[in-house]
Amino acid sequence: MYEGVVQDLIDELGQLPGVGPKGAQRIAFYLLSADPIDVKRLAAVLVEVTERVKFCRVCFNVAEDDECRICKDVRRDPSVICVVEEPKDVAAIEKIREFRGRYHVLGGAISPIDGVGPDDLRIRELMTRLADGAVTEIILATDPNLEGEATATYLARLIKPIGLRVTRPASGLPVGGELEYADEVTLGRAFEGRRLVDV
Amino acid sequence: MGENGLVAIYRDDGIVLRTHKLGEADRIVTVLARKSGRIRAVAKGVRRTKSRFGARLEPFTHVDLLLYTGRSLDVITQAETLRPYGEQLAADYPRYTTGTAMLETAEKLTPVEKEPAMRQFLLLVGGLRALGEGGHDPRLVLDAFLLRSLAVAGYAPALEECAVCGTTALQAAPSGGLRAFGLASGGLTCQNCRAPGSATPALGTVALMVALLRGDWDHADASERRHQVECSGLTAAYLQWHLEHSIRSLKHVEHA
Ligand SMILES: [Zn+2]
Ligand SMILES: [Zn+2]
Repeated sequence: MYEGVVQDLIDELGQLPGVGPKGAQRIAFYLLSADPIDVKRLAAVLVEVTERVKFCRVCFNVAEDDECRICKDVRRDPSVICVVEEPKDVAAIEKIREFRGRYHVLGGAISPIDGVGPDDLRIRELMTRLADGAVTEIILATDPNLEGEATATYLARLIKPIGLRVTRPASGLPVGGELEYADEVTLGRAFEGRRLVDV
Repeated sequence: MGENGLVAIYRDDGIVLRTHKLGEADRIVTVLARKSGRIRAVAKGVRRTKSRFGARLEPFTHVDLLLYTGRSLDVITQAETLRPYGEQLAADYPRYTTGTAMLETAEKLTPVEKEPAMRQFLLLVGGLRALGEGGHDPRLVLDAFLLRSLAVAGYAPALEECAVCGTTALQAAPSGGLRAFGLASGGLTCQNCRAPGSATPALGTVALMVALLRGDWDHADASERRHQVECSGLTAAYLQWHLEHSIRSLKHVEHA
């Protein structure tokens, strides 16, 4: 244990995803030895990001206004919605420049063992978006792992009775991985060859 | 490290119970293994979609593993799929939620890492197989698994004698039989030992619980819906009472 504010810093860093107690200590001592100007710039960005960045009220992607850049873009096809787990998946799919529709960010995947059920995700908000009849296709681009598959199964069962075309990016994305790690060629091919989901 | 300074390598097979993200692309995988009991081990690079390793280390998969003993966590060096139960379950939401409750229960009932738990392992394999084959109602498969897991852990509910005084159903018959079911009492009790707040399950429900514990599937499959529903309620309450309400996935189980 360290004194006061140093321990506070280690504790805060330890809350970050992927940072264990040892990593938190390492980052803390790096920051203590770094140029104070660099550290203050980091602190300023952290403050700015919490004040300026919010979640899009339509699709829950990160946004600087009430709506994100993609929802505001009239050239984007409003008849197709691509459903993803996290905002970083939007970024991964945007990189391939293949998809011209809109997004819906669920905020995770159904994982009962972690206490996450359908009500903990933005599924109700998705269903509300489908109510006006403008959407004709839903692409379920949840991660190609167990939780992602189960979430896609749940959503397909919910959406198909409305009569929409429900698709899932094709194989080529091996099971067990995460969307954001797929290379652009593989992801592009998976979108092009998306298949209808049967429930 | 072994005592001679060499890395200790071991091999075991088991069911993947859950995974946690670690760092950028690794996972910590929790496995209920045949010989070793519950183990937690690191799998490197599996979250990258290029990793062929990843699919083998998803929850529900029965894997054959080669590991080495690390300082804090063991490390998985090889994994071969023996049976991938997960793919099938993820395509059927009620079965997926049912299976998840089984994994979590197996995890909570093996609190000590690397303590052999062969009977719990065999129950889990049998339960997942039954769930995948689809021969029985998933609700019954789950309740059979939960009741037998409780029995293996030494918490079997008393169903054929009073949990408190040991009076048999026959002996208790003249004074009202064994009609009360108390969580703290440990199952059915006679009227004398009845604890406040006890439930009074239907006789058909008690008979179903006995059948599930014994593996009498002819009886269980033919049981009435209302008895199945009551059996699920009592079994879940009894399990949660023993495990201090720690099974989070139980409330997400969806019945077909
Ligand atoms: Zn948006
Ligand atoms: Zn008694």
